Order: sequence, then structure tokens, then C-alpha cells
Amino acid sequence: MQRKTIIWACWITAVIGLSGYFSWILVSRDRTLFLIGRTTDGHHQIELACEVCHTSPFGGRELLQNACVKCHGDDLARENDSHPRTKFTDPRNADRVAALDARYCVTCHQEHRPGITLAMGLTLPGDYCFKCHQTIFKDRPSHKGLAFDTCASAGCHNFHDNRALYEDFLAKHLHELPLKAVPQVAVIDRSPTSAAWVQRASMALDRTSLRPEITARATNPAIVKEWEATLHAKAGVSCADCHMPKAKGQTVAQWIDKPGHEACATCHANENAGFLAGRHGMRLASGLSVPLTPMSPAMARLPMRADAHDKTLGCNSCHAAHRFDVRHAAVEACMGCHNDAHTRNYLQSAHAAAWDGEIAGTRPPGAGVSCATCHMPREIHHGEKGDFVLAQHNQNMNLRPNEKMIRSVCLNCHGLGLAIDALADPEVIRSNFSKLPTHHIPSLDWVERRQRTPKPSVPSTQ
Amino acid sequence: MRLTYAKATPLLVLAAFLASCDKPKETAGITPQQMADALHAVMDSDRTIYTRLVVNRLQNEEKIIKASEHWKDDKALPLPAQMFRYGSEMVGKKTEAFSYQLLSMWPVNKQNAPRTDVEKTGLKFVADNKGKNYYADETLGGKKYFTAVYADTAVAPACVGCHNAHKDSPRHDFKLGDVMGGVVLRIPVQ
Repeated sequence: MQRKTIIWACWITAVIGLSGYFSWILVSRDRTLFLIGRTTDGHHQIELACEVCHTSPFGGRELLQNACVKCHGDDLARENDSHPRTKFTDPRNADRVAALDARYCVTCHQEHRPGITLAMGLTLPGDYCFKCHQTIFKDRPSHKGLAFDTCASAGCHNFHDNRALYEDFLAKHLHELPLKAVPQVAVIDRSPTSAAWVQRASMALDRTSLRPEITARATNPAIVKEWEATLHAKAGVSCADCHMPKAKGQTVAQWIDKPGHEACATCHANENAGFLAGRHGMRLASGLSVPLTPMSPAMARLPMRADAHDKTLGCNSCHAAHRFDVRHAAVEACMGCHNDAHTRNYLQSAHAAAWDGEIAGTRPPGAGVSCATCHMPREIHHGEKGDFVLAQHNQNMNLRPNEKMIRSVCLNCHGLGLAIDALADPEVIRSNFSKLPTHHIPSLDWVERRQRTPKPSVPSTQ
Repeated sequence: MRLTYAKATPLLVLAAFLASCDKPKETAGITPQQMADALHAVMDSDRTIYTRLVVNRLQNEEKIIKASEHWKDDKALPLPAQMFRYGSEMVGKKTEAFSYQLLSMWPVNKQNAPRTDVEKTGLKFVADNKGKNYYADETLGGKKYFTAVYADTAVAPACVGCHNAHKDSPRHDFKLGDVMGGVVLRIPVQ
């Protein structure tokens, strides 16, 4: 009897203890124990904020789908998604859905499945196009005999984003020279009279902020000197605008020694949104189920410099507080952390030489190529006071698959033929485009051949 | 035989029951065919107006702006067929109460060729029988649908000009007034 009681007591204690332990882990920050498999490279930074994807413990595919769309829906719409969900919710495609249920992102992109995860987080065999396009060779004789796992090869097709790959686009860019006569990207107008600044002027800045209680804090002459040389100083953005932002509902602003991205967002909302959606800032995005620390190179899966592991990422880690040197942010800041062959080879590249030329003034603004030129490209925005150019801080927007870069970056300076071939050649990318591509993607040749086919004679329309 | 109250009462109850059974038929709402016809009337009118008053006028008559399949890249007007498809996609996001597609036996995009038996039969019927619609029931993915097919006719020179000249069009002899395809509208039914 006594033995039974002891066994029961042990059993109850173990159950209560283990339940308590796991419950504590569940509500704590480190839920690594609950990870059921290595996450994809795209999600690993937020893998411990489980509820971002698993919005309900009793959720099924619909809830997961909503979570995917919440983060990726706008990007897909912007990319003019070639396979939107509505294509598959149409009853006439029910047989196709039975073969490949493309109504749900997780059909092709499962998480926590490292054993079957391919590039782009694809967890299906790469020949999935076969399921719907098996007779494509009838319309495109050039495709006869091609293996279906080559459809999505670099430079050919993409399931979602084909903005730089569709046939008429290729036709428009046939026979372009490898280097354009005026290789140049759009220039960001940083003057206080630019449309972007005018747009920001309506934002909640306290322009009377050089008050005694604030200037008393600005006792470091080096910092004041740095600030005086910035566009912030010229535009009247002073200490309190960044260090004493008024939080919602607060009447008296408190001094913050190290303002975060929220302070920058007061004026740079667009850049901040990109930062929070991208690799550098996604851990700081609001709406995460548990607060995460800022991203640090130590957490990265890409090779990083050992001496950078302790850094944490915020606006100031690249833009250098008080100095806000965009040139530093465009190259040196990147190279201070990233340590892969592509990054290391940049300094010997033609792109770097062009950047040096722009810095030295021997090449016009926009003619240099920094890390940011390609990975944080300039985008034209249409504002009420006119068009303006901003840097896109979400590097995912034009990174994977890398054909996304063609329109936003490469075509500013290069012909489409070279761009497609170069982006399809891993060795060229590794060398930071210091070599010419050795592979050739024949899509432009096929389009040209179709262009030469006699057009039909058009009868009268009446 | 005398009709007593005792005998008449059950008959009256039965008559009242039958009358009440009949009542919902009068107020049950519209039939799937009526609903499909009404929806199509709106779609067809909007599509015709966009084609004639916007695309044909600005592109073909006044030559102010072109319409292009790649309207965003070309800074042009969306084609009438694209306007129609965008509407269909938006409806698909909003409701499952009905769906519709613009299909053709001579499609520019081969994905818009008829696939189901009803689509194949219906598109041929409306092309061969001008002015008539085609109605049928079909089961797709285990669900039953009332399916209506309506002729899609070339209402402006812009329609035939574009289709006849398009490199991917399998037919190049369309004339104004020709049936170029059809609208396939589906309503799920019990």
C-alpha cells in the first residue's frame, strides 16, 4: 500500500513538474524545444515567435494560409503573381487542385521540413509544373524535350514573379548591348526642397527643439559637429526630434539615449517599413507573439565576420547615429558584417570601381554601384507633391529568386541578355560580377525566333 | 354522402397544408438561371461600355492612348478582356456564391480554352446558335454547379483588330459581330 502511494506521488509530481516546465518554456522567449524541425532560411529569425504562423492552436490550413498572406500577400500582389489563389478556387480547375492544391501556400512551402526543402523554400519535387503544363510543347515547340524540373531554372520561369521573364518583355529587350550608353540608377534627391522632404514636412517633428534643457544634454562637441554636417541639421531636424519622440498618449516626451527605429520612422516611414519586412529588421516587427531581440550577425545563417557577431541591427548600425552617412551605409556598413565570397570580391569588381568613381566625383551621381545599389534599390514613388526616389530597405523584394533584380537593378545599366545569363551563373555571382557568364540562357533566342515567324495577315475589322 | 364537420376538418387541414407547401415556391426567390442571367446582364453591359466608350474611343477613334496586354509596363489601358478577368478574380476573393470566366474555342492564352465537357459543348452551342444561351448542370471536384454559357461577341473594332493580329491567336478572321468566345458562369447548387 505504502509502495503504491509512493509511486502515485512520484507520478503526480512528475506530471505536475513536467507540465509546469513545458508551460514555462511555452510562455518564455526560448521555445527552441518546441521546434519540430529546422526552419527555412526565410523564417529562421522569427522561428520562436510561433504564433506569427500558428495563429491558433486549433488552426488548420486556412489559418496558416491567412498567416502567409498577412506577411507575403502585398508582395505577391505587387509582383503581379502569375498563379494567384483565385486561379485555383475557380471550380473549372478542381481537377488541377486535386493534382496540386495551389490554393494553399503550404502545399509547396512546408515549414520545419529540412530534409525536403529546396531553394526558395520549395518542398515539392522541382518538376511540379508538369501537373498543369504537360502539353506546353504543343504551343511552344522550342520547349519540346525540356525536363519539367528546368522550368523554374534561372532566367526562364518563376511560379509567382515573371515581370522580367514574360515573352513580350524579352522581345522588347532583344539585342541590347551588355553595357548601356549611360549606365546609371535613379538618384535620391536628398535636398530639403525635394518632394520626399516636402512629404515628410507634414510629419510630427518638434522643430523648436533646441531648447535649453535639450541643448544642455548635447555636451559632446564631436557629436554636435557630426550632426551639424548632416542633412538633418539643414532640414531643422534636431536632438529632440530623435531623442524625445512623443509616444502616443504622452504629453511630456522623455529623453531616450539611444532612439530605435520607431524614432526614425517618424519621418522615414517607408524605409522603416522595408527594414522591418526585411532580413535586418523582421525580428523587430510589431505583432510578433513574443518580443525578440534585434537581429545580430551571430544569429545569421550567412557567413559573417567573427568581430561583428556582437553587433545588433537597427537603423543606426548601418547609418551611424549623428553622422547618417548614406555612403558608409551603402558599402562599409555591409562589409563590416557580411563575410561571404560575393561580398569579399566586391572591392575588386568593376562595380566597386564605378562606386569609387562616383565618390571621387569622376562619375556622375547614380553611376556607381554599391552594395545598396543592388540590394536596396532605388524605387520611384508617386507623391502628392511629385515623384521622389527612395531606397527599398527590404532586400527580400529583389533577392530571391534573383531574377527579381533584373528590372529594379540590372537593366538600369545592362542589357537583358547579359543580366539573365549573369544571374544564372553562380560563379559570376561569387566573383561579384568580375567574370563574364559562361552559361547562356536561350530564352531570348527562342523569342527572337518566334518574332521572325511571319505574322498573320489581318483582314478588315468591319 | 353527407360532408360532416368531422370529415371536413381533416380535408381542410390537408388543403391548408398543401397551400402552405405551395407558398414557398412563390416566394423562394429566383432560380439559378434567373440569377445567372441577371449577373451576366450586368457583366455584359459593363464590358460592352468599357470596350466602346473607353478602349475603342480612346485607342481606335481618338487615338489618345493605347490598350495593351502589358498595360502597366506600357502605360496603357487594360484590355477589355483583362478588365473582365480582374473583376472575376476580385469576385473570387469576395464570395464563393458564383464564379465566372471568359473562355474561347480560339483563346489567345491556351489556359482559357474550354476544359470541362459543359464548357466544350456550351461554347460550341453559343457560337453555332447566335442569340441563344446554354444551360447545364455539372459536377466539379465533388460539388454540383448550375452552369450557364453566354456568347461573347465582338462589339467594337478594337476586339477583332487585337485578336486577329495577336501572334498567339489561333484565328485571324474575326469580324465585327462574330462570336469570339463565351462567358461561363457557375452557381453552386445543392
